[in-house]
Amino acid sequence: MAHIQLKNISKTFGNHTALTGLDLDIADGEFFVLLGETGAGKTTTLRLIAGLEKPSAGQVFIDGVDVADWGAAERDVALVLQQYSLYPRYTVRENLEFPLKPKIRRLPDAEIKDRVDRAARTLRIEHLLDRKTDRLSGGEMQRVSIGRAIVRKPRVFLMDEPLSALDAKLREALRTELKNLQIQLGATFLFVTHDQIEAMSMGDKVGVLNHGRIIQTGTPHEIYNNPRDTYVASFVGSPPMNLIDGRLVNGRAVMAPLNFELPFAGGAKASGATEGRPLVFGIRPEDVYLESGAPVEARVHDVENHGVEKILTLRVGDTTLRATVPARTDVAIEQPVRFAWNPDKVVLFDKGSGVSLRHAS
Amino acid sequence: MAAVRTSSEITFNRVAIVAVLLVTIIFLAPIYWIASTAFKPRNLATTIPPTVVFQPEISPFVKLFTKRSQLRSPPSPEEYAAAPWWERVVFDGGEKIVRDGKGQVQWSGYPSRFLNSLIIAITSTVLAVGMGTFTAYGFSRFKVKGEADLLFFILSTRMLPPVVVAIPMFLMYRAVGLNDSHIGLIILYTAFNLSFSVWLMKGFMDEIPKEYEEAALVDGYTRMEAFFKIVLPEAATGIAATAVFCFITAWNEYAFALIMTNRRAQTAPPFIPSQVGSGLPDWTVIAAGTFLFLLPVAIFTFLLRNHLLRGMSFGAIRK
Repeated sequence: MAHIQLKNISKTFGNHTALTGLDLDIADGEFFVLLGETGAGKTTTLRLIAGLEKPSAGQVFIDGVDVADWGAAERDVALVLQQYSLYPRYTVRENLEFPLKPKIRRLPDAEIKDRVDRAARTLRIEHLLDRKTDRLSGGEMQRVSIGRAIVRKPRVFLMDEPLSALDAKLREALRTELKNLQIQLGATFLFVTHDQIEAMSMGDKVGVLNHGRIIQTGTPHEIYNNPRDTYVASFVGSPPMNLIDGRLVNGRAVMAPLNFELPFAGGAKASGATEGRPLVFGIRPEDVYLESGAPVEARVHDVENHGVEKILTLRVGDTTLRATVPARTDVAIEQPVRFAWNPDKVVLFDKGSGVSLRHAS
Repeated sequence: MAAVRTSSEITFNRVAIVAVLLVTIIFLAPIYWIASTAFKPRNLATTIPPTVVFQPEISPFVKLFTKRSQLRSPPSPEEYAAAPWWERVVFDGGEKIVRDGKGQVQWSGYPSRFLNSLIIAITSTVLAVGMGTFTAYGFSRFKVKGEADLLFFILSTRMLPPVVVAIPMFLMYRAVGLNDSHIGLIILYTAFNLSFSVWLMKGFMDEIPKEYEEAALVDGYTRMEAFFKIVLPEAATGIAATAVFCFITAWNEYAFALIMTNRRAQTAPPFIPSQVGSGLPDWTVIAAGTFLFLLPVAIFTFLLRNHLLRGMSFGAIRK
């Protein structure tokens, strides 16, 4: 198991800059999720750690050792990819044995058999061992891929969107399995995904990556409740955080352009919000609630029924915002409603830079 | 959808089947002609109209492999009775098999030419496909400076008819002593096939996901091991298709073989027509030689047919 550190990593491919000044610190035994959109540089980060790419600048440390001169084979990491990581000509057993047979760390046959059987038992793929890999379902294939990684007892597991190609139900099941596996092995996991639900539900820590830069690193709780900027606020959470332009006037939040007002908790002054400064108010949909005596009137623009809850889109003039309400709430489209927010949960962002005032100070 | 067919579709299908049959017959007719002539008695080979029904004979093949001379007088009954069956069929044709002083049967020029063809075609195919596979892998997986220009340069060697360079090549070969040698023809055919092999294999290599090798690299294998354990088996289809094409080209090549060789390294293609030269040609012997010459390509293609069917789509296989 290992402690992974990336220091000031940059990577360019020709004219294209994939990563700039990236710092990352993954503690031993941590489940670290790298979250970002397609093209943010997640896979590049993973490949740099695996030794499949060399950084243009910066250093990679595994357990405090600079591994710049180490090839992929020497780094002793395991890689699980979205697809194409199983050899189509081999059976499941041969695929699982493959990582145990290279010349540099060839294990005795008895040990290989033992490890393969143990991995198969852990992943419940014992009945598939003699099958060719092209006769496996997507979920079985991904289990075998994970098996290929765990047989080796590597120092770190690198997973590149391993669940993305699976259907929703399977993805959910494997998510739990993978998390349990990590706890059971006590291993360091670096898990790359564009799916914020995977990040929130699996990660001990989440790093949000955008345009080759780490925007914010923290526990899922921190990322969700205290986003560093409007990008993180709108990327994490489904539906995302409401972001409304406005300013503070006499301790109340006044929203532009229609000038509706909402109460604001006094803590704002501590975070450096001066009167009249252009701001973006961030509020999670679950912290917006409907109440007959609430201060603002809106119209129901859209209703999404999600079973346990409904997601309403409310319209005030040109401004829309989402509210998560209990499923029993009875509303119709274009119906006038009154709403308020939980003043303690409001996050203030600077209008110009988009950075949260809590993080700026 | 296929269950319901309009009458026009049925008509179209019938017309198509007839057309395909017709084309097949046209293409197979020369092969039938050669094969049937190879088994005909000599006097039926050139009849007009052609003889279709005849008693097949093995004599053309016996004559093909042996050196013969005209009989001035028929053999004595004892001589005829003592001769083995294959010598009798030659006596029947008014010829006798030439033997050396110890009574050993003298071979004709054909077996050694056939062997030359095999040696040269197989060696040059192995070399062209082998080098082509490595080159294609390099171009496919690594950043090569001026990759497009290099690939174009490789292809450009195919852009003029090879016969154009035949005379200069002949002079150069004679100067370095490569004419009429196996090595000379092998180099020539390998060079000629290499560009084709590189391009074809590059297409197949590009289709193999690089993730396979990367997984192997991460698992502790060297690039070479990953290449031999993972890439090569995946490329088998492409290698088979490329090998068939290269083999056919080398096997059938006529112009260079005619110019560059005359005896020691001569291949079958220039040898077979050279028999027509003197006196009345025995067409059955020439047909027998041609018929045998067709077999290796047919066998080779048949053995690799499963790979070829997939290979013919030029790597258009995607899961």
